[in-house]
Amino acid sequence: MYSKNVKSTWEKKDRSTGNLRYSYRRHLKEKFIELLLLLAAFFSILITFSIIFMLVKESIIFFQHVSIWEFLTDTQWTPLFDDAHYGILPLVSGTVVSSVIALLVALPLGTTIAIYLSEFASYTVRETAKPFLELLGGIPTIVYGYFALLFVTPLLQLIIPDLPGFSLLSAGLVMGIMIIPYVSSMTEDAMRSVPMHLREGSYAMGATKFQTAIKVVMPAAFSGIAAAYILAISRAVGETMVVAIAAGMQPNLTWNPMEPAATITAYIVQVSLGDLPHGSIGYQTIFAAGLTLLLITLIFNILGHLLRKRYRETY
Amino acid sequence: MSDEKKLEELRVVIARHKRRDLMFLIAGVLALMIALLTFIALFTQMLIDGAPRLSWEFFTSFPSRRPESAGILSAWVGTTLVMLVTAISAIPLGVAAGVYLEEYAPKNLFTELIEINVTNLAGVPSIIYGLLALGLFVYQLGLGQSILAAGLTLALLILPIVIVATREAIRSIPVAIREGSYALGATKWETVADHLLPYSAPGILTGIIIGLARAIGETAPIITIGALTFIAFLPPSPIKSEFPFISFEWLTAPFTVMPIQMFNWVSRPEEEFQFNAAAAGLILVVMTLAMNALAIYLRYRMRKKIKW
Repeated sequence: MYSKNVKSTWEKKDRSTGNLRYSYRRHLKEKFIELLLLLAAFFSILITFSIIFMLVKESIIFFQHVSIWEFLTDTQWTPLFDDAHYGILPLVSGTVVSSVIALLVALPLGTTIAIYLSEFASYTVRETAKPFLELLGGIPTIVYGYFALLFVTPLLQLIIPDLPGFSLLSAGLVMGIMIIPYVSSMTEDAMRSVPMHLREGSYAMGATKFQTAIKVVMPAAFSGIAAAYILAISRAVGETMVVAIAAGMQPNLTWNPMEPAATITAYIVQVSLGDLPHGSIGYQTIFAAGLTLLLITLIFNILGHLLRKRYRETY
Repeated sequence: MSDEKKLEELRVVIARHKRRDLMFLIAGVLALMIALLTFIALFTQMLIDGAPRLSWEFFTSFPSRRPESAGILSAWVGTTLVMLVTAISAIPLGVAAGVYLEEYAPKNLFTELIEINVTNLAGVPSIIYGLLALGLFVYQLGLGQSILAAGLTLALLILPIVIVATREAIRSIPVAIREGSYALGATKWETVADHLLPYSAPGILTGIIIGLARAIGETAPIITIGALTFIAFLPPSPIKSEFPFISFEWLTAPFTVMPIQMFNWVSRPEEEFQFNAAAAGLILVVMTLAMNALAIYLRYRMRKKIKW
């Protein structure tokens, strides 16, 4: 009886020290896994740093050849010609014109769809339309480029007979339609996050749905909608394939949407298609162009992020 | 009398506002129709041009100078292999980062920095990733214009999508599940591996599918790293007849992918090549639509099925 008891306490002790050792190993394993996960999360910061590092590194070499003043003020961009000019303005004008056309299409249409879906549409309409819009957003941009070149441009030529085969207009229009789902889904999210009692208050005062949407819901969702617009701008500026296919790839300092022109992104594509030796000045120009593009989109992204954060905190 | 007049005026005002309501309703439906009609136009245009080219030979032929005998064999094989590399590298990294940010990360400046960074990366234009890959993978690491370089590039591109999807899926699991697991003596990792990850799997899968659908159609970054547009051979087979039966030679092989092949055909002047482009585009659209539809369906089923 006695000995049996002793034995069992010993067993207990044994198991408990074993447990301690086991829990120590378990603790080490936990820490090790946490470290691995932390490294994975840290990796995303590494990506940002290497993007900035790569672009800046090659751009520094570029700016040793070309002064920043020339880069910003020269009106010609002909880095691959014998008589080389390095003015980013023609590329910027192409980018601005195509983006403005895209936004003129996407913002009004996207907002109208968002107001309709969020304030007017019945539950069934909303739940069917939203996945469809989402599907539209998933279509590859190259397909939209094909559509712009072979469907929209010929269609526009029926209305405007002297429209050239490549034009900023048709690229911008298609780009606009392409980012409608993007604008509408983010705007709708912002409007849906406005608390119901604001709407109910407005209806109780006798306002119509339209009045409530314009005068109550939209002001309340203002920062969210602004964020959607700003992110749409950054999307339009960074869009590549549609403009590369449908707007031509000739740098052209113009504000006329009926002309062909190259955007910053289209220029990078054009150079990449050729066979430029690593380390040549032509190779460095695409990094300088890329840095310009990154800076433009970064400003819009940060602005959009700040605005979005604000509306998330309010409600 | 004046009361009646006021009432009359009021009725006019109300009628006007109701008319405006109706007009906006019509505008909303029209806007929605424009978006949908564009898609229908796009799809029919490609169907009319591309459908006659869709045949068994189109899938089993290499690109050619003669449009009628050109096919997409090297393109779809390339796309499959590149997606394989992308999935293998982006999924573990993205899920791990998502788990860390949602379950482990302390609330401090560093965590916030990572969060802002992930949001920002999602907004960086895809062509910038191409430039990074050109400098880093192609030249710095000496991977060349290979399947490995392209796969890694697209992995970086979809990493934010996978991270955000993982976080959202894990966040939607109630705290009670975690507390129950801890109460039974499970450690943090045991809780994550045995409970949180299995329960959030459908949500994470949705994100992964959407990310891969995006990667399949990405053209710009692949062009930037200098993928060849005319490839008339296949990468070496990953399976060998002699020991060790698996070869990784294909990782370093030159390649082409579906969108690049389509871009190449679109930019040719001959009209016959446009039909090939339409056919390739049709396959791309059907593939991405199918993947996105699968993701949407998964999400829908998940919402319906799971009641915490």
